[in-house]
Amino acid sequence: MQQLLIDPDRCLGCHSCELACAVEHALSKDLFAAVLNKESSAASIFVETDGETNLPLQCRHCQEPACANACMSGALQRDAETGKVLFNRDRCVGCWMCVMACPFGAIEQDRGQKVISKCDRCPDREVPACAGACPTGAIKFVEIAEYSSDRRKRYLTEFVKER
Amino acid sequence: MSVKDKTVDPAAQQMLQKVQADGVETVWDRLQEQQPQCGFGTLGICCRNCLQGPCRINPFGKPDRGVCGADAHTIVARNLLRNLAGGTAAHVDHAYDAVEALYAIAEGNAGYQIKDEGKLQAIATRLGLETEGRDTGELAKAVAQKALETFTNHTDDTMGWLKAWAPRERLDTWRELGVLPRNADREIREAMHQTTMGVDADPVNLLLACVKQGLVDGFAGLKLATDIQDVIFGTPKPIQSETNLGVLKADHVNVIVHGHVPLLSEKVVEWCNKLEDEAREAGAAGINVAGICCTGNEVLMRQGVPQATNFLGQELALATGAVDLMVVDVQCIMPSLANVAQCYHGEIVSTMPIAKIPGAEHVPFSFEEADRQAEKIVRKAIKSFKKRDKNKVQIPDEKVSIVAGFSMEAIVEALSKVNADDPLKPLVDSIKDGAILGAVATVGCNNAKATQDLNHVTMVKELIASDVLVVATGCSAYALGKAGLLHPDATAKYAGEGLKKVLTAVGEAAGLGGPLPPVLHMGSCVDNSRIGDLLVALADYLGVSVKDLPVAASAPEPQHEKALSIGTWAVAMGILTHVGLPPAVLGSDVVAGTLTGEKIESLLGGRFYVETDPKAAADGIIKHIKAKRRALGI
Repeated sequence: MQQLLIDPDRCLGCHSCELACAVEHALSKDLFAAVLNKESSAASIFVETDGETNLPLQCRHCQEPACANACMSGALQRDAETGKVLFNRDRCVGCWMCVMACPFGAIEQDRGQKVISKCDRCPDREVPACAGACPTGAIKFVEIAEYSSDRRKRYLTEFVKER
Repeated sequence: MSVKDKTVDPAAQQMLQKVQADGVETVWDRLQEQQPQCGFGTLGICCRNCLQGPCRINPFGKPDRGVCGADAHTIVARNLLRNLAGGTAAHVDHAYDAVEALYAIAEGNAGYQIKDEGKLQAIATRLGLETEGRDTGELAKAVAQKALETFTNHTDDTMGWLKAWAPRERLDTWRELGVLPRNADREIREAMHQTTMGVDADPVNLLLACVKQGLVDGFAGLKLATDIQDVIFGTPKPIQSETNLGVLKADHVNVIVHGHVPLLSEKVVEWCNKLEDEAREAGAAGINVAGICCTGNEVLMRQGVPQATNFLGQELALATGAVDLMVVDVQCIMPSLANVAQCYHGEIVSTMPIAKIPGAEHVPFSFEEADRQAEKIVRKAIKSFKKRDKNKVQIPDEKVSIVAGFSMEAIVEALSKVNADDPLKPLVDSIKDGAILGAVATVGCNNAKATQDLNHVTMVKELIASDVLVVATGCSAYALGKAGLLHPDATAKYAGEGLKKVLTAVGEAAGLGGPLPPVLHMGSCVDNSRIGDLLVALADYLGVSVKDLPVAASAPEPQHEKALSIGTWAVAMGILTHVGLPPAVLGSDVVAGTLTGEKIESLLGGRFYVETDPKAAADGIIKHIKAKRRALGI
């Protein structure tokens, strides 16, 4: 199963992922139309930085989601088939337990401020909008095996260089 | 992207297959690699004007201001003004070169002569200069000095070249808005100042400065460049030629002139003729010159030099394997040409001190030594011909006959064959009685984001079928030429009944033995000034303002900053100006709304009109023309 995996070394902090996420979750799903029609939207990916490293972060869709475990109303549930942690806004009571439980800070308040909002991993797209918009390949939507193989090769290169 | 999505030009389609087989990268590959292009840049809400940035505005929320506090409206307006200053600077610099050349001719220091003394006299008279008892050299010097004042006026007085040619009603309108330019260089400098960190934050004030840039471009760029170039190289008259890559000849030395300024290309054409014998000694049948972009338009208009291809085809021309040398001057020259040339034998020669390309050879151009340099460049081409690999040559069989050379003077002359005393009367009468619905100028570039030539051709076919007379310049004229629309045969094939009747009557009276083409090729991008001159003359004749005429302008596939500054001039003249691709202003509803809205139309008479579908754009333009006709009571 493909996962959203991040390569922080490649992130230049351009915020294109955030823009693409907001466009994908606007009514028209189109940059020009969304802006011209003043459609309301927000991103569920956040580019954080400590001044040296940039890290685009979104819901990790954990196998054992702390947010879902903390959710008393059943608004957050992991879908076994797709592996996604899905949010049902009708069931959310706005207790913010999930916000506190998520170690990544990937859950935000919705614009209406009554319920939460989080990454839905773009149900209408093959490749999530953030990964599709990333100009440097810092956000990848790949099989873990592919990502790890790439990581090993890069480690090897560094290892050989240092010897 | 399929070949058909990239271009409708059959020669370009063939060459795209060849470059694929040859493993050569082109503009379309690079556009693909650039995907996705940055949404912030696309909307114009990215600011890099200070080192506290770069800043971006989130169109959906926070941050809604840059570090300094500038909001989306300020940032979009500032970026637009900088774009316009870039486009304006290009045209004004071009004009300045021509003026310097005229001055050098007057001083006897340039390898050029004055070819059109009549135009020199006419310009001098219009400028209020004494013409009696002055020889050509003296008069040229006086005109050149007056032209240089466009750059050296240190008072608050209005730029001379604008004052001499702008209609009074327009002058009053621009004065009221406070947008009259004083000195071309000063206004460009001021635009850079106005947009630097911590100066202008008011989007409306910035947009007024945009209008001022448009006026600088129109009068100190376009108009000045055309006027002086006509004096030096002659005013174009109708001339037959051919267009598209099939004009290259397998058995000839093929030289391509590419860029915008005719100072060198005119000399290259001259030396190609002079060195024919040397080419024959090298085993070629002769020397063949062809043009790309506006330097190609300049030598087509005056000398009938055939056209190779427009902006998006420049790499593909090299891919024919038959181009022995491409000499470039300034503007619209892709740096990739040097890489493409490496895959074949052709040489790229740059000539201007501000336009060097890694991998190209540089032969510096100067007015004084122009002959020696052109000779050297043509000899290089002959040498390069000997290195040509015949196995790599594939010249598409596509070439189309065209008629070009329709300067304002040439159009009036053709019309005077119908009515010698009152040449504009037949044209105005045809507009009044509805045989001609109105007129549209299609101008400007290709843009890899749009299928090459598709918008130009689709829109213009719709327009002429509806009896709209089309005039064209720049890469638009190339696109329409390749589609056969610059040929008299196209009149019978595509023009509406009314338009057909008028074009046939004028063409036959002018002794062409048939109709005029339905699209009149009026020249290069700076020659948009010829269109301005024609509109001013028509408005004068009718006793109305240019803004009241049933006309529109269009850049169906705009790419360059110059297209934006020309468009802004057209809007300032009072003309509805269509663009087939949106400029980077949509991030501010204030800026985008102002440029396309009723407010600007009420102030200037013109506005921008964004429509990406060429058929819908033609419909929109026709609707506008009909509304203008109703307002005129015709």
